[in-house]
Amino acid sequence: MSGASAKQVLFEPIFSNNPIALQILGICSALAVTSSMSVTIVMCISVIAVTAFSSLAVSLIRSQIPASIRIIVQMTIIASLVIVVDQLLKAYAYEISKQLSVFVGLIITNCIVMGRAEGFAMQNGPGLSFLDGVGNGLGYSVLLLFVGFWRELFGSGSLFGYTILTPVNEGGWYVTNGLLLLPPSAFFIIGLSIWALRTWKPEQVEDLDYKLSAHKTSEAF
Amino acid sequence: MAKSKETVSRTIIVALVLSVFFSVIVSTAAVMLKPLQVKNQNLNIKTNILSAADMLPQDASPEEIEQVFSEFDIKLVNLKTGEYVEPGFVGVEDPMKYDMYKAASNPQLSTDIPADQDKAGIGRRPDVAKIYILRENGELKKVVLPIHGYGLWSTLYGFVSLKGNANTIEGLGFYQHGETPGLGGEVDNPRWKAQWVGKVVYGQDMTEPKIQLVKGGVGENARNKEHKVDALSGATLTSRGVQNLVNYWLGDRGYAEYLKNLRQGEV
Repeated sequence: MSGASAKQVLFEPIFSNNPIALQILGICSALAVTSSMSVTIVMCISVIAVTAFSSLAVSLIRSQIPASIRIIVQMTIIASLVIVVDQLLKAYAYEISKQLSVFVGLIITNCIVMGRAEGFAMQNGPGLSFLDGVGNGLGYSVLLLFVGFWRELFGSGSLFGYTILTPVNEGGWYVTNGLLLLPPSAFFIIGLSIWALRTWKPEQVEDLDYKLSAHKTSEAF
Repeated sequence: MAKSKETVSRTIIVALVLSVFFSVIVSTAAVMLKPLQVKNQNLNIKTNILSAADMLPQDASPEEIEQVFSEFDIKLVNLKTGEYVEPGFVGVEDPMKYDMYKAASNPQLSTDIPADQDKAGIGRRPDVAKIYILRENGELKKVVLPIHGYGLWSTLYGFVSLKGNANTIEGLGFYQHGETPGLGGEVDNPRWKAQWVGKVVYGQDMTEPKIQLVKGGVGENARNKEHKVDALSGATLTSRGVQNLVNYWLGDRGYAEYLKNLRQGEV
């Protein structure tokens, strides 16, 4: 890992090593906050900020952290940053923070953040760790925005709140797809996007854990 | 390096320094941003009240909202007697600071609702409600009443606004709920909310609220059409919840006594 270049750590997580699509982390919030694009974007920015700055902070003090309490130290740093982000949203983006409700607070438990702190920032310099945090945040965002795009377009017939397909409820022609407004629909979209991504980049396909043996019958029934 | 940082004293020092450092950051953020957050919350409530009263200007700036809202009088009403009480009665100086939903969990300021009468599914009811009233030249123009109750998944919180006769609905809206998006969540749909305008709450005898949400829509020639609103399609339980909570709050365990006093000009 130590030989990684800045460009690599920043851009690799976007498609080649996407935290949601390849590492399957951070699914909870990907289901919860993707029913409209404007909410999704704010969530993405919050996660990018938290991942980047927590990686930076962990990396800065990495040589001081005793191994016995390193996880709780990382937790403290992440939790503090998340609270600050939450407070900022409540003060400057009240409407959106109401819709995000507990999910901003739950960034603390987002595996991507802690995964990067423990997996990368503990071994790498501050600059590189910061970029790694931004990169992974971007990887998370790309997938979230992709999910949010389809969910809002076909679930409410709009994008960023602007009506694209006028729904029947507002006197138009488009019958909205209610399923897409519910969190489970994100599973389908994430699944389909993983499929698409692995078709494009076959090296991401995991090896089979087992192999089915051919069925042979030696006797006729 | 590896040796020196693994000692007990070192561990404690790192933990202490880190905790102090981050608690300072977190508390600074919380304290510095508090006034802005409170302002946002108040503005949010005022916006909801104005929108229920159909007085929210298009794309209103915060100043405009404050200005329109300042025409309203904020009053505290004792639900049992239907009379106003002083803010001191509930232990606040400024009526705006009174939180009736918080009071509902304070045994001294609230009453248990017997299960068979708890149509709105709220369990406890605050004794004192905070209402907003608009008078022009001493004449009652509008009264905005907070309402809440259980739908399908969540408690819906909202406001209903009545016209000067304290009987005709001027508007209704919910500002907080967790109903299914696209089904029960359509309580936020402006086209549905528009139907409430002009509906009449009480029948001839002026006691029992008669609001009904009708499945399949209210027909052109339906009887008692003035009390009926279309139910939300695909959201039977949310619709039932809305019907119950509106009738509960406008009934005799809610604002009925106060509205009677208001009509007779006693308060």
